[in-house]
Amino acid sequence: MKGKAFFIDTTLCTACKGCQVACKQWHQLPAEKTVNRGSFQNPEDLSFSTYKLVRMEEVVVDGKLKWLYFPDQCRHCLEPPCRDMAGDKDAVYKDEKTGAVIYTAATKGLAPEDLECPYNIPRKGEKGLLAKCDMCIDRVYNGQLPACVKTCPAGAMNFGDFDEMLDMAKKRLAVVKKTNPNASLLDPEMVRVIYLVAEAPLLYHQFSVAGLRRPGMTRAAALRKLTDPFTRAVASV
Amino acid sequence: MTNHWIDIKNSDCILIMGSNAAENHPVSFKYVTEAMARGAKLISVDPRFTKTSSRADIYAPLRSGTDIAFLGGMIKYILDNDLYNFEYVSQYTNASFIVTKEFKFDDGIFSGFDPKTRSYDKSKWSFEMDENGVPQMDRELKDSRCVFQLLKKHFKRYKTSVVSKITGTSEADLKKVYETYAASGAPGKAGTVMYAMGWTQHTVGVQNIRTMAIIQLLLGNMGVAGGGVNALRGESNVQGSTDHCLLWHIWPGYLGTPRASMETLDDYNIKNTPSSNDPMSANWWQNKPKYVVSLLKSFFGQNATKHNDFGYGWLPKVDEGVHYSWLDLFDDMYKGDIEGFFAWGQNPACSGTNAGKNREAMKKLKWMVNVNLFDNETGSFWNGPGMNPSTIETEVFMLPACVSVEKEGSITNSGRWMQWRYQGPKPLGNSKPDGDIILELGHRIKEQYRKGHGVFPDPILNLKWDYSTDGAYDPHKVAREINGFFLEDVTIKGKQYKKGTLVPSFAFLQDDGSTSSANWLYCNSYTEKGNMSTRRSQKDAPNNIGLYPEFSWCWPVNRRIIYNRAAVDPKGNPWDKEHWVIRWKNGGWEGDVPDGGWPPLQNEDGTVNPNSRYPFIMRKHGHGQIFGPGRADGPFPEHYEPLECPIAENLMPDNKRLVNPTAAIYGTDADAHFTCDARFPFVGTTYRTVEHWQTGLMTRPQPWLLELQPQMFVEMSEQLAELRGFKNGERVKVVSARGSVECTAMVTKRFQPFNIDGVDVHQVGLPWHFGWRWPNDGSEESVNLLTPPTGDPNTRIPETKAFMVNVVKL
Repeated sequence: MKGKAFFIDTTLCTACKGCQVACKQWHQLPAEKTVNRGSFQNPEDLSFSTYKLVRMEEVVVDGKLKWLYFPDQCRHCLEPPCRDMAGDKDAVYKDEKTGAVIYTAATKGLAPEDLECPYNIPRKGEKGLLAKCDMCIDRVYNGQLPACVKTCPAGAMNFGDFDEMLDMAKKRLAVVKKTNPNASLLDPEMVRVIYLVAEAPLLYHQFSVAGLRRPGMTRAAALRKLTDPFTRAVASV
Repeated sequence: MTNHWIDIKNSDCILIMGSNAAENHPVSFKYVTEAMARGAKLISVDPRFTKTSSRADIYAPLRSGTDIAFLGGMIKYILDNDLYNFEYVSQYTNASFIVTKEFKFDDGIFSGFDPKTRSYDKSKWSFEMDENGVPQMDRELKDSRCVFQLLKKHFKRYKTSVVSKITGTSEADLKKVYETYAASGAPGKAGTVMYAMGWTQHTVGVQNIRTMAIIQLLLGNMGVAGGGVNALRGESNVQGSTDHCLLWHIWPGYLGTPRASMETLDDYNIKNTPSSNDPMSANWWQNKPKYVVSLLKSFFGQNATKHNDFGYGWLPKVDEGVHYSWLDLFDDMYKGDIEGFFAWGQNPACSGTNAGKNREAMKKLKWMVNVNLFDNETGSFWNGPGMNPSTIETEVFMLPACVSVEKEGSITNSGRWMQWRYQGPKPLGNSKPDGDIILELGHRIKEQYRKGHGVFPDPILNLKWDYSTDGAYDPHKVAREINGFFLEDVTIKGKQYKKGTLVPSFAFLQDDGSTSSANWLYCNSYTEKGNMSTRRSQKDAPNNIGLYPEFSWCWPVNRRIIYNRAAVDPKGNPWDKEHWVIRWKNGGWEGDVPDGGWPPLQNEDGTVNPNSRYPFIMRKHGHGQIFGPGRADGPFPEHYEPLECPIAENLMPDNKRLVNPTAAIYGTDADAHFTCDARFPFVGTTYRTVEHWQTGLMTRPQPWLLELQPQMFVEMSEQLAELRGFKNGERVKVVSARGSVECTAMVTKRFQPFNIDGVDVHQVGLPWHFGWRWPNDGSEESVNLLTPPTGDPNTRIPETKAFMVNVVKL
């Protein structure tokens, strides 16, 4: 597979949120006015000015407390449903060289729901535009790592050629599986942001794996949307 | 740190206790991760399940302020199960020393206690000497009065069942931690500890660390790669500032501040310089007079001569038995005894314990100079909550300092690495580097004294003050001054050194005035070869354990792991063949810079080599101190409760003292404290979060960081929230005997009530990053309005990690 990919090893993440701040800094995104909602996670959700968010969940697995961290961002799907659903090839396009899925000013007027993102990523701004992670494509074209990867001190964020990242993810999974039999890679063959998780994926985040916000849509249907060209074609009509 | 950051990767077992490295030292965690990838175990011991706990193999909760009980139980476990390194303990530590019969421990008090002064006569803890004045030893460790046997006796009481009652940790968790950590005592294995303010900020802070030091000595973990006792410093240059005498009781390079009774330099040297009659003890501090005279020469230059005691008489002396620490200064200020105050790079209105007292104290000042990046709660104290500016006469001056990237100079990290940094952008506006501000201040003060405006002008007028180039502060001049110069042409060991050249290392410093050095520990950092701290070679040492000896420079004399002569057995063979630090080969040491170049203690045939020296060269008798007779509160650690605690009696058998009898206490109306008081039923503690820095002065005005962590909060268990009827995210009030702070309740499974002797004890935790000045709506306040007026008797560090509070509805 050509193009680039991230490998996000959540088993190494320490929720330092360095990626969150680096993303805002590189993109010069404004801070949101937040409150403490009784959680270390802030802001509460992704937004038009927050492309990257470390989600934090406290769960008990087999009687043992776990604090799970999930640095959420656009997955840059190999066959992005949002591109197909946008209906305007200028609104959402896939960069040929990197595979980055890019939103443009032509997203004005589109609703996030229209794009049927299986990972619930796009967010609408005040002026009607949609925004999300752009893979720091300007940095990548200039030989630099995405800002979030560059800043990560824990070794959780990795970036490189797709095959190299997938290989790294599979090797790391084999190691983690020895101590965490529930460990898995999330939708590794369909996205350019490959997560390794140690526990059941939905413990981390409702949209950690492909799902659909539309009522009645199952994960199976959502996956079909990611993989099946016919479904995509129908959907884009 | 005895070791350094990268060295953590060499460890087989990492105990993170009294710190939360994943949250507060995130970069360090990559070395923890590297060690774990090699199979190392990570143990997290903390009152609260933290980010560090979330990455650990083992998590064990303990009630704040009970670390000595927890670790004392580990000492007993190691001794009971013979898990110590006998050869190491017998040969390298003072376990074999015979202690005077006068040493006793009864009812929670060591011999020599004077209740009037609340202090000990330490002569009651001395060692028995032989006819040559050398400590009597039993290398078999069997004599009933030897340190090893006394240690066994002292910690016999620390049964797991007793420890569990005190700490609230389950016996199963205690055993799991003890077993896992003690395994690092096996030959070739290393265990390390990463600690921070969670250990130091207690009335038993020093003894917390002493307890761990004893464990490390028993397990043979001192001096080895992946071992040591490692303090994670809370600020990038706090190691450097301590080395250069940030603290009142030391001069640069850890030379003691003179007492009023030491009238002459001779008096000072006699009282401060240890002497040993043991020919095998290097007793390195015997060189102290050379370092003292070189320091005085650096202060006063040509004005310091043999005839005037090198200006010793010009330096301030401290009164016997009087402390001049932070707690004591603010106590004096509160009483109106201090007229003026420089708040330089600090924010006592938020950072100091019992901050309400500090804020009141500042009202009594005539003037205050606030040197900082931004205005803060200290500079604007007169305009803060509850203040009436029209009644406050303190005149406040603000001197804007520039930020670190706008100036050139060095910082010294936790691993003792001095690293040079270059100027990036020029200082903004009228802000200046601290060096420029101090230099100019010195010139102006000198001018005033020259005009006759001041009593006792000698120290000021004689001060050498030549650190500028073209009128501006020159960091290279200061760095060279710190390293030191030859002041005369000298010949040492057949080699000539010209007057004015830089001294190659502290072994060349003299006590006759022929050398100067502003800090002997840094002598070797800036030599005729250049500024060593600018080095950036990524070549490792031959042992390939991550020493990187040509990257920056490390004190002392670029030794990356101190006490490293304990990393080998008495014949000079490394305990750990894979991660060796030094080894004896072909009549010399290779690897790290050894702690002295003497040959191994034993010859090949096992006979003692009289040319050798014991490995702990900074100790008078050359041995690691399992018995520590120099501490203010006892030669062995003992569990005492915090000044404010939830129980009425010490649960440790044969200890009738609840609180450390020598703890620092204060008596003004602002120093209230309560134990077992129904009004304050919950244990409180403080900590940091990754999003903010210190009192938040550099981070709270930063919108991206405020977005991440916008408000003061209090973490509590679900059980406590239910008890009080709080919902997660609700604003509540936390109250102590000193004040109250509004917080957002963070209700979490990560806090659980402790079972303390059959009773549920709840604990809450609060960050110390907030203050009223920012966010600028004044909605948030400092946790230090709650924290207690007490501290450790050795260091006077405040006990902000354990105190009693209540949490109530708004």
